[in-house]
Amino acid sequence: MSLLRANTNITGNFKKIKVPFEQGTIESLNAGDLVHLSGTIYTGRDLTHRLLCELLDQNKALPVDLKGQLLYYVGPSPARPGKIIGAAGPTSSYRMDLYTPRLLELGLPATLGKGRRSEPVKIEMKNHGAIYLATFGGAGALLSQCIKKIETIAFPEAGPEAMFRMDIENFPAVVINDINGRDYFEEIRCRKNND
Amino acid sequence: MRTINGEQITQAVTQLAITAAHDLEPDILDSILAARDRETSELAKSVLDLLITNADIASRELIPACQDTGICTIFITIGQDVFIEGDLHEAVQKGIAVGYQDGYLRKSVCDVLTRKNTGNNVPAVVHIDMVPGDKLHIRFLPKGCGSENMSGLKMLPPSAGIKGAVDFIVNTVVKAGPNPCPPLVVGVGLGGTFEKAALMAKHVLFRPVGTPSDIEEVAQLEAEILKKVNQEGVGVHGLGGCNTALAVHIETYPTHIASLPVAVNIQCHSHRHKELIL
Repeated sequence: MSLLRANTNITGNFKKIKVPFEQGTIESLNAGDLVHLSGTIYTGRDLTHRLLCELLDQNKALPVDLKGQLLYYVGPSPARPGKIIGAAGPTSSYRMDLYTPRLLELGLPATLGKGRRSEPVKIEMKNHGAIYLATFGGAGALLSQCIKKIETIAFPEAGPEAMFRMDIENFPAVVINDINGRDYFEEIRCRKNND
Repeated sequence: MRTINGEQITQAVTQLAITAAHDLEPDILDSILAARDRETSELAKSVLDLLITNADIASRELIPACQDTGICTIFITIGQDVFIEGDLHEAVQKGIAVGYQDGYLRKSVCDVLTRKNTGNNVPAVVHIDMVPGDKLHIRFLPKGCGSENMSGLKMLPPSAGIKGAVDFIVNTVVKAGPNPCPPLVVGVGLGGTFEKAALMAKHVLFRPVGTPSDIEEVAQLEAEILKKVNQEGVGVHGLGGCNTALAVHIETYPTHIASLPVAVNIQCHSHRHKELIL
């Protein structure tokens, strides 16, 4: 196999960001910024979101207060014995679009996944001063190395779709949507490659 | 007549499931390396590097290359001179269940109505064909649905012409944008019927990445579509550059005089595929 050992690091200037977010951090980030995230985050994917919204429908409290937090769209693979976690890359964010406005309403300031967000979610992010970041799909083995601890917080019966709390270190991501309504994916597409 | 028993098939499928998740094949890795060499965007180039590193970590540390270890699509061809002892379908599904448990792979299959996880990644989607000979060939592709969801099928009228088919394929890739984890392998089924087109679009993903079709006109069409999608500037993970797709593979079949079916099966860069012959 012609597997050459390549660089682990992405070229570019990474901003070091602490999560949960400190005052003023969200506002300081711009579409296209590369960030290294460190701290504690929460996770959820399709079923997690449905279950969170069912709790809201029943006027029940969510398992965690999402104010100031980062919600990562991931359903990890199981950990081998002696390991912290299996592969843990992002899942497609658009599938959470139906649920996201309700969580933004509760003060969730940032989400992390892969791919685009819908127009209604972009509008709600702007209204609530929230941002969206993307990380690298299909790099779940590498991204798992940035996860230092994992705990199940809610919905253990949902298996990989449970809600987890994770401690992360230098987790790489790109800011796609900032609080000013900029969308990095759209800006990139405007610079169409015509060679 | 040659006898192959169910247990042999189960063991083969288990091995395919575990190795597919951890070891990307040389065809996809070489294709990513070649993409890195021609990449115009510095950011995209370093993300391609990161994908190679990811494959390296996956295979060394036995962590799946992607946490979405997929719904298993399996193509089996059975030689007419093979006698299978036991239940073939049961043997295959058991191989999946064991592989996903023993390999610490994510169980991603659920009931379509209740959405309840089946708990063992079973059932797989299995396609069986008979061919001459005394071998049993198993092709295994665990399909992640971030990319699968971006696929499309259109029953075009003949008047749309090949141009209409090309436009549909390019639009399907461009509309998907960053969602399916580009750079992609684009599987296309052209002709046949509704289900034949879809089946070809999946089956053609087993062709080594970037190997052109044996049919010259089809190979030209593949090159034309690849060039078009890569001019659209979506790029690696939607971050720009010239590598939205690594390859376009087209399989064709004669069709009805009233029809021009075209199916596009989108595959991500984590293109896991394995095969073996019993």
